[in-house]
Amino acid sequence: MYAQMVKSTGTLKTREEMDERERAFQDRIDAGEKIEPQDWMPEGYRKTLIRQIGQHAHSEIVGQLPEGNWITRAPTLERKAILLAKVQDEAGHGLYLYCAAETLGVSRDEMTEKLHDGKMKYSSIFNYPTLTWADIGAVGWLVDGAAIMNQVALQRTSYGPYSRAMVRICKEESFHQRQGYSIMMTMAAGTPEQKRMAQDALDRLWYPSLMMFGPSDKDSVHSAQSMAWKIKVSTNDELRQKFVDQTVPQAEYLGLTIPDEKLDWNEAKGGYDFSEPDWQEFHDVLAGNGPCNADRMSARRTAWEDGAWYRDGLVAHANKRAAQRMAAE
Amino acid sequence: MSALCEFALRMGDNTLILGHRVSEWCGHAPVLEEDIALANTALDLIGQTQMWLGLAGEVEGNGRTADHLAYKRDAWDFRNVLLVERPNGDFGQTLMRQFLFDAWHHPMLKWLSENSAEKRVAEIAEKAVREAAYHLERSADLVIRLGDGTDESHRRMQDALAYHWTYTGEMFEADAVDGELADAGVAPDPAAMKPGWDALVGDVLAEATLAVPENDFAHKGGRRGQHAEHLGHILASMQFLPRAYPDARW
Repeated sequence: MYAQMVKSTGTLKTREEMDERERAFQDRIDAGEKIEPQDWMPEGYRKTLIRQIGQHAHSEIVGQLPEGNWITRAPTLERKAILLAKVQDEAGHGLYLYCAAETLGVSRDEMTEKLHDGKMKYSSIFNYPTLTWADIGAVGWLVDGAAIMNQVALQRTSYGPYSRAMVRICKEESFHQRQGYSIMMTMAAGTPEQKRMAQDALDRLWYPSLMMFGPSDKDSVHSAQSMAWKIKVSTNDELRQKFVDQTVPQAEYLGLTIPDEKLDWNEAKGGYDFSEPDWQEFHDVLAGNGPCNADRMSARRTAWEDGAWYRDGLVAHANKRAAQRMAAE
Repeated sequence: MSALCEFALRMGDNTLILGHRVSEWCGHAPVLEEDIALANTALDLIGQTQMWLGLAGEVEGNGRTADHLAYKRDAWDFRNVLLVERPNGDFGQTLMRQFLFDAWHHPMLKWLSENSAEKRVAEIAEKAVREAAYHLERSADLVIRLGDGTDESHRRMQDALAYHWTYTGEMFEADAVDGELADAGVAPDPAAMKPGWDALVGDVLAEATLAVPENDFAHKGGRRGQHAEHLGHILASMQFLPRAYPDARW
């Protein structure tokens, strides 16, 4: 996951308003064809995709931090190994996604700079802290669970490299969600303190997880064009509903209570009614005022700045070797 | 405690503590590829820890598991060399520590996998040696590239070498346990590994344009439980949950 509120460049045009190339492009999308890097595409399509894929990639990278927070304190060697494998996968997902974005003519370094300058975003969820070991379970269960909802849909997205990256990523994400749920099962069936940690993690992460899908459809100003281009393939509310419907029985199985008094099965719609998250909090977090925004960005900037000598050193060495080869030829 | 148990603890504690240190980098590496490589290295080391400490518990025969040994011993019962508990410092220090260790670890595992008279030791080494070969290839390559990179990367790598150098001799010290294991053909005499290490490290440092430090002093003590101040802090975070909630299963 993890693209929210991606600004779509370009206003939705009728067929009559499109020029010939735009019409042919839209016809390909409507026919379910994949768009490939060498194909012509509207500038708005390209820019919107860069924003969305870039935001998704940044989320994978920043997402290492809340989980990394517990690697050194994982309570068994096996849990530690599994968490390391998961975080390694996530860095790998970041790499596929940056590569997919690079096919659109933007470099990883440019995107990284924009992240550090606050010109590109990452998912709001990673601005919440992981305070107990149960949070590592809840992140896998809820956050990866929400991410999968979005990413399974995005396997059908119109841009070929993005769609193919999603296919690979989804396979690994389902393992992540299972490891999270496995931690939650152990905690919920454990000592009273462990059960308390599990419930506390659900209480704190439930609404931030619902926010991962972005604002309600009625307030989602960027969706129409992205849907027409099949950059987005489901609406925010559709995915959020699906997530709630999937997650409620899982919480019941754990014996945990979802922190929503209005949560109720609605037979007529075949899904749960539930409370919306506090959208003011969502906007506050996006504006930089979440509990961890400053720390997350500071950690990423420091890593980048402290690593400059390393990157420069490798480039200098490669140049020296290239010069030696030239001289030898 | 038997010599075999002691040996398995020494091997497993090295990989546990180095794995812990490497995992501290998660999300903070200088480039995304390094985040992936460091997580992968830490994962290998923790996997090897499970095997070595599992063997130590089995040989000891008191029902202690690998997790017991990792999470319920205090610093004085840890048997890792001091080198692996050295702080991460900048990325150059982390990388140099890894290289100096890998240059010992890989030949050690290779010897064990090919020669150990103790089948269980040979089997663990057989699994671990392929990972250690990759670790060594990677760390040696990066030491060369950064040593012979910019003036700054050269200076940092030279400083890192000086920072760790006096902690390398401990890997080759021998005590009664080592003597017993060498006599039984279970493990090599540590001192016999030194010429190979000197040659390998010498070649890599030469290609990296780094000078071998002249100081031949060796800090010792880790292998008999006398550690630096660092280990206690590592254990304080690593062991926090099982210590704070002793009745819990995770």
